[in-house]
Amino acid sequence: MRLLEVDNLTTYYKLKDGYVRACENISLHLERGEAIGLVGESASGKTTAALSLIKLLPDNAHVMAGSIKIEGRDIAGATEEELRHIRWKDIAIIFQGAMNALNPVRRVGDQIVEALRIHEKLSEKDAGRRTAELFEQVEIDSDRVREYPHEFSGGMRQRVMIAMAIACNPKIIIGDEPTTALDVMVQAQVLQLLETLRREREMGMILITHDLSVVGETCDRVAVMYAGQIVEDGPTEKVFEAPSHPYTRALITAFPNIEGERYLAASIPGDPPNLLSPPGGCRFHERCSEVSELCRNEAPEITDLSPGHRAMCHLLQRKVKVK
Amino acid sequence: MNSALAKRDNFALLKKNMTSFWSIYRQNSMGLIGLVILLVFALMALFGPYLVEITVMAVDGVTQVIHPPTSGYWLGTDDLGKDILAGVIIGSRVSLLVGLAATAISMIIGTVIGIVSGFYGRAVDAVLMRITDVFLVIPWLPLMLVMAALLGPSLGNIIFVIGITSWAGTARIIRSQTLSVKERPYVERARAIGSGDTHIMFYHILPNVFPLIFANTVLVAAVAILSETTLSFLGMGDPTQVTWGMMLHFAFSMGAVSYGAWWWLLPPGICVVLVVLSFTFIGYALDEVLNPKLRRRDQ
Amino acid sequence: MNMRGYLLRKFIQALITVFIVIFMNFFLFRIMPGDPIRVLIRNPRISAGALERVRDQFGLNESRLVQFWIYLRDLFSGDLGTSFNYRQPVLDIVMERVPATVLLIGTATVLSIIIGVLLGVIFAWKRGTRIDIIGLSFSLILYSMPTFWVAIIMVMIFAVYWQIFPLGGMGMPGAFYSSYWVELASQLRYMFLPTITFALILIGEYVLIMRSSLLEVMREDYMLTARAKGVTNRNMLFRHAMPNAMLPVVTLIAINLGFIVGGAIQIETVFSWPGLGRLMYSALTNRDYPVLQGLFLFITIAVIGANFCADLLYRYLDPRVKS
Repeated sequence: MRLLEVDNLTTYYKLKDGYVRACENISLHLERGEAIGLVGESASGKTTAALSLIKLLPDNAHVMAGSIKIEGRDIAGATEEELRHIRWKDIAIIFQGAMNALNPVRRVGDQIVEALRIHEKLSEKDAGRRTAELFEQVEIDSDRVREYPHEFSGGMRQRVMIAMAIACNPKIIIGDEPTTALDVMVQAQVLQLLETLRREREMGMILITHDLSVVGETCDRVAVMYAGQIVEDGPTEKVFEAPSHPYTRALITAFPNIEGERYLAASIPGDPPNLLSPPGGCRFHERCSEVSELCRNEAPEITDLSPGHRAMCHLLQRKVKVK
Repeated sequence: MNSALAKRDNFALLKKNMTSFWSIYRQNSMGLIGLVILLVFALMALFGPYLVEITVMAVDGVTQVIHPPTSGYWLGTDDLGKDILAGVIIGSRVSLLVGLAATAISMIIGTVIGIVSGFYGRAVDAVLMRITDVFLVIPWLPLMLVMAALLGPSLGNIIFVIGITSWAGTARIIRSQTLSVKERPYVERARAIGSGDTHIMFYHILPNVFPLIFANTVLVAAVAILSETTLSFLGMGDPTQVTWGMMLHFAFSMGAVSYGAWWWLLPPGICVVLVVLSFTFIGYALDEVLNPKLRRRDQ
Repeated sequence: MNMRGYLLRKFIQALITVFIVIFMNFFLFRIMPGDPIRVLIRNPRISAGALERVRDQFGLNESRLVQFWIYLRDLFSGDLGTSFNYRQPVLDIVMERVPATVLLIGTATVLSIIIGVLLGVIFAWKRGTRIDIIGLSFSLILYSMPTFWVAIIMVMIFAVYWQIFPLGGMGMPGAFYSSYWVELASQLRYMFLPTITFALILIGEYVLIMRSSLLEVMREDYMLTARAKGVTNRNMLFRHAMPNAMLPVVTLIAINLGFIVGGAIQIETVFSWPGLGRLMYSALTNRDYPVLQGLFLFITIAVIGANFCADLLYRYLDPRVKS
């Protein structure tokens, strides 16, 4: 049985003048101990897709369709109270380093103890002991549990966040750009730590990032998102060796400069479309170098290229047909 | 040399901003309500005193004092038999005048201190901000009362007292904006071509802090109107002038409360509340228009 | 730690402010138009000789600097002058009135903070609903009313028309009570209306600030973390949002002190409450300058002191500013 199976997940944001089609027909699956990278520009819907899994979205977000199964159990229709128990226990999240994800007026230790006591029947004292152990595991001096978030450096705060995320032994961890805004050295250390812990505990991971090099290092599979849709997904090596969607190709050729960051804008002219009224046909056609008349009028279908490797582009269908 | 050009540019910018400003403001219902109320009172203050006259109500030669509302005297009479409705209408002029004049003084002091403090920085800033802090921390009403008592009751003194005690908040806001404006390239450029300090402050910084001055004026005006009312009520007003505050002062000291003379106590107070409320509404609307962060939140 | 240095700096700043106020207090009462002594004595037909004697007595023939020195010397020995009206030392008169005012201000402030914070939370939680809109409008309207006018309306409704509460004062002079409880009940009846009125005046601002501050905090990243951890709505509010949202309220208490004092003057005047505010009003109407001067100094220093305390409280509540 698969650890996580997502089918046709569709989430819209409701605004005064219509729906923002933030993610549409997202299908993903994840095995125990597997890591999948969700890649795309900002506002391509990666975070919305991931947060939709446990409904952590703002009030105006609506999950319109789709099923979400954790070990075969469908949680798409779960009540808020049921979700509360699924959150952190089944799926935990590591938020962006630049975010203010730790409460500034509460001690970091207490914030981990809180998570432990919600999901495990632990006494205050035992939870405190577990927190100290978790600190050791993420290589922070356990005396620092009594400190406040502002007393930690960015990298250290991210370690605290990781300690908090693994506290209840979740089956799945979502990393929402966990290393963005950290400097390169620290970034590598934090990723390394996350990898070690993930393998030790056999956790599934969804890594949201715009940085393909991170995916190459850590993920077994990758899903490339553009304008709310998955345009290509497959085993990491396959996608890297034979990128099949023009967008994926552009992403990979843009990769990487000395800083480890790519400048997409330079290689793909134009801006991502407004998802309030996405363009007809293929959503990428306005920026695509290989655009044809068909692309403007008709939305492409998903094409299976090899086992587990799929992409969504008219060009591929033609090629496949020719073969 | 090209200062005239810079000047024209700045004011053209201001004009363009004003037009787009209005198109956003128009969509704010709170701001529109405030504007309408204020307009009604402005018209009342402008024309009211020419249209009505304070008459004394008498029946068979007997003055009707503290009389409840009747058909001829819609808001009844006071302790001297005078028409309260006419008083309220006529009182609007001086009440608003005092409020606006005090606001003007307050805004001028606040803006000058704010800009000078932010522009020069260092010792000038330290001294001016120390003084500003003192004015912020001193309880405002006792200070105004003491000054008004020492200067004696007159309209000019009331205006002066309110103006001189209420500028500190403005100064702080303008100062912080000046700090950011003075780092902008065109100020650097102006300095590079040898513009004087006064010139830079007046032509480059002032136009850029203007939206803030504008928004703050409205809030200070609300405070100034309330202050006038309160000072007059506590006996610091000019007894020869009709203002809403003075009407309330006489009503209270002549025992209107124990008479239950609501027609004497309510109307002037309601006028004050409406005017203050209209300024507050406009202030809120301005805040939303000028602060895009707030606007986005409403989506 | 840095805390001590900070405290010292704040304390010195407060001291400087006090000194400036003393300085202002001295000169304000000497820049009056005309001969100060004529105002002080209030007898237009005083003889030239008598006038000269009084001038000597007040040290007005000395230089300004010497006068200021004498003023300071008297001040630090607790001599604030003698009241024209009561023929008593100003300090004694002032101290006699302190308890009544502290009782009124204290009760009203505590009441208004509790109710205001509570309402602010409710409105923020139900934002956009009818309760929220009605509540907000009421807060704005209350905020726009002159304090004394609200007091007058309260007296008119509850003491004149319905006669549930006494018109004013702090108790019946010379009354005998059968028991302590009857006496307490009677005192509470006198206290009720002024306190409620005062609280009503103050509530609006606490409601507004609490509402907006809570709305702001609820958008913070750490609130999302809390939700992701499976924290209940209740605990999200009390453990995560409130400790952060209360910070601006504490700041407001400090800023509001001056406003509260102004309110006390008006409320005590309308309700004949025998405290410092009422004393100020009678000193104003009687042109009792020594009392006015002493009172002004006393109130201002009290406010500066309270401000200093509020600042300390803030430092204590927000761990970020400690280091």
